[in-house]
Order: sequence, then C-alpha cells, then structure tokens
Amino acid sequence: MARTASTGQKIAWTVVAWVIALVIFFPILYTIITSFKTEPEAIAGISLIPSGTFQNYIDVETQRDYFRPFMNSVIISLGSTVLALIVAIPAAWSMAFSPTRRTKDILMWMLSTKMMPAVAVLVPIYLLFRDWGLLDSRIGLTVMLTLINLPIVVWMLYTYFREIPGEILEASRMDGASLWNEIIYVLTPMAVPGIASTLLLNIILAWNEAFWTIRLTTTNAAPLTAFIASFSSPQGLFWAKLSAASTMAIAPILIMGWFSQRQLVRGLTFGAVK
Amino acid sequence: MTLKTLMLGACSLLAIAGTAQAQSTTLTIATVNNGDMIRMQSLTEDFTTKNPDIQLNWVTLEENVLRERVTTDVATKGGQYDVMTIGNYEVPIWAKQGWLLPLDNLGADYDADDLLPSIRSGLQMEGKLYAAPFYGESAMLMYRTDLFEKAGLTMPENPTWEFIADAARKITDRNANLSGICLRGKAGWGENMAFLTALNNSFGGRWFDENWKPQFDQPEWKESLQFYVDLMKDAGPSGASSNGFNENLTLFQQGQCGMWMDATVAASFVADPKNSTVADKVGYAIFPSKEGVDNHGNWLWSWNLAIPAGSTKAEAAQKFIGWATSKGYTELVASKESWAAVPPGTRTSLYDNAEYKKTPFAGPTFKAIQAANITKPTVKPVPYIGGQWVSIPEFQSLGTTVGQLFSAALAGQSSVDDALAQAQQVSTREMTRGGYIK
Repeated sequence: MARTASTGQKIAWTVVAWVIALVIFFPILYTIITSFKTEPEAIAGISLIPSGTFQNYIDVETQRDYFRPFMNSVIISLGSTVLALIVAIPAAWSMAFSPTRRTKDILMWMLSTKMMPAVAVLVPIYLLFRDWGLLDSRIGLTVMLTLINLPIVVWMLYTYFREIPGEILEASRMDGASLWNEIIYVLTPMAVPGIASTLLLNIILAWNEAFWTIRLTTTNAAPLTAFIASFSSPQGLFWAKLSAASTMAIAPILIMGWFSQRQLVRGLTFGAVK
Repeated sequence: MTLKTLMLGACSLLAIAGTAQAQSTTLTIATVNNGDMIRMQSLTEDFTTKNPDIQLNWVTLEENVLRERVTTDVATKGGQYDVMTIGNYEVPIWAKQGWLLPLDNLGADYDADDLLPSIRSGLQMEGKLYAAPFYGESAMLMYRTDLFEKAGLTMPENPTWEFIADAARKITDRNANLSGICLRGKAGWGENMAFLTALNNSFGGRWFDENWKPQFDQPEWKESLQFYVDLMKDAGPSGASSNGFNENLTLFQQGQCGMWMDATVAASFVADPKNSTVADKVGYAIFPSKEGVDNHGNWLWSWNLAIPAGSTKAEAAQKFIGWATSKGYTELVASKESWAAVPPGTRTSLYDNAEYKKTPFAGPTFKAIQAANITKPTVKPVPYIGGQWVSIPEFQSLGTTVGQLFSAALAGQSSVDDALAQAQQVSTREMTRGGYIK
C-alpha cells in the first residue's frame, strides 16, 4: 500500500524544495541582477535591486565580438557530443551485453582518468597540439572535449543499457538481425531517454568547460568561456560587465536546459526504480 | 578559345588573391583587460590605416590566466602569440631564458632614450631592449584633503610611517564608517605582498641577503609587519584581509578611507568625478618611509609589449610595438580623448608636456616613478632586482604562500611571530630546493 502524505507534509516538502532550488539558483540570479547594475553599485555590497541599466550589455557588445565565440561554443559542444556518442554507444553496448571479467576494471580505469587534475597534462597536450597544428582550432578542441567527456558518456550509457533486458536483443538475433541492426534498430530506440539525457548533459559539460578551452585557443576557436574570461580586470571595476558577459554566455544553455528539462529528468532517473 | 581565356583569367585571379593573402600578416596580441589596453584596441585603426598589410587579432584575458597562458606558450615555443603583454617581473627572467626577441627595429623616430630610465633599466639585457613599456606605475599615498584639514593635519613633503599611523588613527571614525587608512590585505604575490615588500623596503628590510638567505627572522620584517597589523587593526576597514586594489578603490571612491596607499594608476580613478564621490578632495604624497630610513619602497611596475621567440612575424610585431609605445600614440590618445587618458609612466617627454602637467596626478606620479629604483631596491645589499617583487621564477609561488601567511596574521588567525617563523621556514625550504642556498 502506498504511503499517503498529509497536506501539511506536502506543503513542508514543497517549501523545502523551493528553498533548496532558490539556494542553488541564487548565484545565477545574482549574476543576472548584477548585470543590470552600474559598476559602483555592483561592488558596493549585496543588493537585489539594480538600477536597471543596459549599459553593461552595450559595453560588452561594443568591446568584444559575441557572435564568433558563440558559434565556436555551439560547434565545439555539439561536435564533441556527437563524436563521443558515436564512440560510446558501441563501447557501452559491448560492456553491457558482452561483459568480460575485466569489464568493471576497464570502466573504473576510464573513470580514473577524470580523477587526475587537468593541469598535470597541460604541457604534454600543448606540445602535441603544437606539433599537430591543432592549437586554436575547432577540430582540436572538439577532439579534446570528446576525450574529456568520453568516460562519463560511456558510464551513463552503460548504466542505461544494463536496464534493457538482454532477452529482447536475443530475440532480435533469433530473428536474424545483424549486430549493426541490433544496435541501431533495437537497442538505440529503447535507450532513447538515456541517450537524450547523456547528450544534453554532455552538451552542458562541453559548453561550460573552461580549462582547456581557454588554454588551447587564442582567437579563431575561442568559445564563450574565453569571452567571459576577457572581462576580468586587475585594476578597475568590472563586476557588472563581467556579469553581463556571463549572462550572455549562459543564456543559450540555460534556455536549452529549460526546454529539455523533462528529457533530462527522465533520463537521469532512468533505471532508478526497479 | 573561350575556355582557355576563362581558365587563364581564373588562374590570374587566384594568383592575385594568393599574393594578397601572402602579403597580409595577422598579428595575434595577448593582453590584459584594463582601461589603457581597451582604449588601445579602439584606436588601432590609426595603425592599420598606416599599415594596411597588417591585421590585428586581440586575445584579452584575466591577468593570472594571461600569465599562465603566455608562459606555457613561450616556454613551449607554441607560436600562438606575436605580441605579448607582460610585466617587468617577467621581462628579465624570460629574456635570460631566450624566450623573447630583442627589439632593435622599432622605427627611426622611436626615440628609446626618451623612455624613463627607471622603467627602461628593468627591460633591457646587455644593452638590448627586450620589451617596450606601454604604461608604468609606482605607488603613492592618496589622502583626503578635507579630512586632514578637519583634523588639523598637514601632509609633509616626505611623510614618515610614524606620521601616517598617527594621522590614520586620528581620522578614523568608526561611527561614520570611516577608516583612517586602507591597505591591501588580500593574499597574493601581486596583491598584499606587493605592498608589504615595498613597506619592508621602506623599513630598511629585504627578502634575501647576498647569499639568498631569507630575512624574515630579522628585526626589519618583525617591525614592519607588526606595524602594518597594528595600524590596520586600529585604523583599517573591517575585513581588510580580503581587500585588494579594486576593493580599496571602491572604499576610497565612496569616501570610506582617509588615506589609501597603492599604485599610482589609482589616481586617475579616484580623480574621476563620474565614479568617485571624493574626486575634488584628494591629495597625493610620496610613499612614506620609516623615520631615518632613506627608502621610499621602490615600487615600480610596467605593462610591456614583447615578442616571443616562437613568433614568425617579428617584423610586423615590431612595427606594432613601435606604434603602440611611441610618442605619436600618446598624442593620438590626447587628440581622441584627453591628456588624462594617456597611458602614464613611460616617457620623459610626456612629463615635459605642458598640457599633461595640468592633470592633478601627473606631478605626483612622475615623482613616485623617478624615486623608484628596482636595481637597488633596498637599504642593505641584495642579489636580486625588483622593488615590490623579486626577479626569480620562484617568486610567484613563494610570494603567494608568504602572502597567505601574512594575510592570516592580519585576519587575526595567527600571530605576527608565527607568520614570520613560517615564512622563514617555507622560503628557506624553497630557496634550498631551487639551488640558491647551497
């Protein structure tokens, strides 16, 4: 029998959920508020009421070109996500449906690469990129972000695939489906929610990646992370302009996240209840 | 026949396009985001009109990120940048490593002898210039003339720290949210340690002796650090251990500081009536020294333009640097904006200019820069150059570690004695590890 919650409990939990959500969202909200303040207002202390100036957005747009870094962000995050999925779907399929004794070890090894601080391999990667002519190129950055996010993508897909009954795949084999047809026409449609949430999460991770995107680019391939970084200043006031630049940089991904939240939640909770 | 003509025409067009492509050079310039650099970016049309074959690409980054980016690139000869904006801390170290190209072709009318000697001396090696100064700064005291008058104080021509401390305590009014003095407290080699190193210089102290032995166990450091902590406790703003340049600038602009000791470039901000509520009430004085010590801190910083050894476009890069750091550029800024907007602290001729002399901060800034000598920064002899920094590669990390210890002492998390003992221990270990102490 399902447990029933009283109205009081429901209200209490709703309030708690709202408070937690507001706490998590507050930094973004405050960034947006600050972007409408003047520089002296921005640094004067915590205040939730801006004077409502649009000057920061005008300054940001006049000082730097927004369109090129925006397009770079779109290309790099979408490109790296598609590339990661192409590699990760067969990898996760083989580990989920044809596990060996070492599958768990391989998965753990893949994840362990995420535990290393990125700066530890900065110089070797930089030298490789220099020698291969990949510095400041979209291709180089796309490959780099693919490799960075691949362990998470494989792990997520592996978890989703494990939830799919192997019998269904066996049945398709009995019906004469080839390996390729099995992955494309049987497995993939069943795992769409999982793949969709992996795709969305990977786009968000790639969009926000700041370490490599700033260090491996200069002008041609520099995405929005580099655009934001350019507004910080050692001498002089810059908080309001920085907030405006940040708002412009996060707006596309925020909007995308808002519209796809149903898929995200569905995918992230996929397999949570057996 | 027609096809042949068409093909010939197409080939000719391609050849012309190819030649045009080959002749056009694109320079990638790495820079920091401050007012003078942004202004330069908006005025580059003057350069590209005179040099139509050179295009400019700007990479603007936060100071620490820029430092890390350009260091990686210059050390690996990545060739990503053709012109870099670097500080006078990096120039001697990088030039010695062979990471920078000498600037020997900045143009016939460049007049390198016009560069301020104190700035120029830090940018050359064996008589060759390795970076050209874009703007320079020293440090000076900015104070509220109205509050001094109210307290019956007169700023002496050469103030001592004893006078400054007394004045700060007199001016402080906690009820009116007014602090007598605002000083840097945020940890970092370019933050609190810039001020504390200069302060210690003016107390007769030094970072290392002639054999690179750290000097934090000497009386000068004890006296200067104790002086700073006590003064900030009595007359500094609350939460001073997290205040850097920008935080103190805001406090001073909002009328919450009686005095502020910081980089001379601050003068143009505090005197700006658009953002400062005290613009018409600011006086300037030279960096104080301890009674009986002839040393005014020797704070000297310049942002300079240099060409990394990995660049393949050195000729065009020199042309650009020659333009950006020339006398002509200062005149261009003055004609497009105002003399107050001209990048300060690099050329003697600027300080001879009658129009520039009319700006309220020109005289005090010039005096402060002239008084600074980074080749002989301390009273006692030292094996390094540098006023508010030490010209060794290890200083960035060592300075920041010591800065954290001193910031903790300011916040009351440790005593001055403990902070100094730890600083001595850490720096002895680092200097031994670096091979300075045998």
